Amino acid sequence: MKMIKKTLVAAIASTLMAGGAQATISDNEIRIGYLADMSGMYRDLAGPNGLEALRMAVEDFGGEVNGARITVVSADDRNSPDVASSTVRQWVESDGVDMVAGLVASSVSIAATRILEQSNRLGIVSGSAASSITNEHCTANHIHYVYDTYPLAHGTAKAVVDEGGDDWFILTADYAFGHALEGDVRSVVEANGGKVSQAVRHPFPTSDFSSFILQAQTSGSNVVALANAGSDTINAITTAGEFGLTQSGQTLAALLLFLNDVHALGVETAQGIQLTTGWYWDMDDDARAWADRFYERTNVRPSMVQAGIYSSTMHYLNAVKEAGTDEAQAVRAQMIATPINDMFAKGGYIREDGRMVHDMYLAEVKKPAESTGEWDLYKIIRTIPGDQAYRPLSESQCKLVNN
Amino acid sequence: MSQSLSSVAVHNVGLEQQRRSDRRRLIFQLVLLALALAAPFVIYPVFLMKVLCFALFAVAFNLLLGYVGLLSFGHAAFLSTGGYTTGYLLTTYSGLTPELGILAGTATATMLGLVFGLIAIRRQGIYFAMITLALAQLVFFFYVQSDFTRGEDGLHGIPRGNLFGVISLQDNLSMYYFVLAIFVLGFALVQRTINSPFGYVLKAIKENEARTTSLGYNTDHYKLVAFVISAALAGLAGSVKTIVFQLASLTDAHWHMSGEVVLMTLLGGVGTLLGPVIGAAFVVSLEHQLAQGPLGDWVNVILGGIFVICVLAFRAGIVGEVQKFMKKNFN
Repeated sequence: MKMIKKTLVAAIASTLMAGGAQATISDNEIRIGYLADMSGMYRDLAGPNGLEALRMAVEDFGGEVNGARITVVSADDRNSPDVASSTVRQWVESDGVDMVAGLVASSVSIAATRILEQSNRLGIVSGSAASSITNEHCTANHIHYVYDTYPLAHGTAKAVVDEGGDDWFILTADYAFGHALEGDVRSVVEANGGKVSQAVRHPFPTSDFSSFILQAQTSGSNVVALANAGSDTINAITTAGEFGLTQSGQTLAALLLFLNDVHALGVETAQGIQLTTGWYWDMDDDARAWADRFYERTNVRPSMVQAGIYSSTMHYLNAVKEAGTDEAQAVRAQMIATPINDMFAKGGYIREDGRMVHDMYLAEVKKPAESTGEWDLYKIIRTIPGDQAYRPLSESQCKLVNN
Repeated sequence: MSQSLSSVAVHNVGLEQQRRSDRRRLIFQLVLLALALAAPFVIYPVFLMKVLCFALFAVAFNLLLGYVGLLSFGHAAFLSTGGYTTGYLLTTYSGLTPELGILAGTATATMLGLVFGLIAIRRQGIYFAMITLALAQLVFFFYVQSDFTRGEDGLHGIPRGNLFGVISLQDNLSMYYFVLAIFVLGFALVQRTINSPFGYVLKAIKENEARTTSLGYNTDHYKLVAFVISAALAGLAGSVKTIVFQLASLTDAHWHMSGEVVLMTLLGGVGTLLGPVIGAAFVVSLEHQLAQGPLGDWVNVILGGIFVICVLAFRAGIVGEVQKFMKKNFN
């Protein structure tokens, strides 16, 4: 009897002590929720392979932080902010999720980060393009990691003007997003000594771009820019390919185009397009080594979003380890304090508004003759330093920045 | 003499039967209500609120399809109009209480329903469906282009506020009971409508419009009123949904949403009162479950498959089939 009592006391004491040592990590478990489009049009950009990248990060980290196990849950957001909102709410309110990763469609990201702000958890936005996520929609509870429309428009436009493309024809999707992109491009082109001689708006969405592309070809401009996204961009590029736009000497600049899109289009159609990317799998040894491991697991080359998911998860887990807690503000502060040097970025850093600033790259899609394989798609023309690529804090409307 | 007596007796028996089935239905509905009151302690309340919002939306849609025989393919327009109006007003005027926001959203959707109805009810069948779809697409493009909807991003951070300026809706539980109360009111309105003389005329129009006209009813007038009631309730559902999720987005205005409500209604059982509610609960939970599981990529395929099976094998939907079964075996 006495013996039993003793063991009981010892058992209780040891549990209490173990509890005490880990008290800073809630429930002694780090739970990461992966929310992305798993079945719709952004599936290839992040999707199931993005989840695989996240799992790779957790495995590479050893599956635990300071003795606390790391678990991953995932859900399909169906590109709907309603679904995102209810999923994230349930994750934080009843499942104890500490960090939400993925986050692709901008409406989904904004909806999710609002809830994370209310409940003081952390979100890392990897897939969204909208620069408003760290501008008017910024919160102290999320980080925007991979890219946004600001460097895509500014980076591409400035680089193309510098390369001699001074007369622009812009094809714009006729809704708020397209107008914003067109405005960005116009200001950069004009600031750098070029001119926009024509801007044509097409309805959103459009499937037949023939008349627009013909108009672009006869315009006499030397640059044709696509201020649209998704299927509109793909359709416009396909049509431009059929009409031989780039072969006849005009430069085609796409503002929102990803590796998986170019892979789907093929180099035959997409050749010569200039675009800005945050990362490319074949850009250096670190990237290649990681991309090879990724390829073994998924049989595809990673997009910049998938690479960003891996890198940001690693950065997050390191911050939790260093800070010794999973409390959102402490972890975020730690993430901001630590520079990012890994397969994704060299010398990257996170600003107070949540923007991760790193070098961006101006790339050109290779010609069929130059491409040595299915995934050998880009050649990097130049590096755009991070502090020139992203929106400067002085222009920020974020509530966390004192302007 | 004896003949008229017996007909009175038959009439009385009919009334008695009617009364008994009414009582049975009342008890059944009270049981359901008790379950709904207890549900948030077992199931996650935000999920339940989502189900209730879509159930109200489907009930509104079913009033048209199930009882007037009008297939509207533009109900997303009313859902989103209610949502955007409420969302915009509540974010812009911070003094506004949620119930006023909901009233304004519902009123706007009702006005839009009147406009849609005046144009669409002049035609029947597929032409009616196509006109409503076309009008809803116009509304969608208006919302895509407008500044106040913030386009693709949608309206976010809409405050839930204090009900009547007193009760905070920030708490999920009080929000849930508020949504439940609205749902019950909406449901009761539809039930009252279809069991009124007005509702019988609607059913007559569904069965045979030419004959109803020949009996002296102005069918266009009846159809228009039914359309406006349906639009108002759809708008109400949209307004409430906006407050629950604190956002309004283009998803609600997209024609997919109009399709989804058809799916919910047909799966649950068109032309039954409870059918759309069950259908909405079924579709929303299926989407929710599948999205989190390993079959995430297959949501659309599975829903499509279920829809095909339902239309081929269970034409009456879940509730319709259960009712048929009960009638056959327990009557």
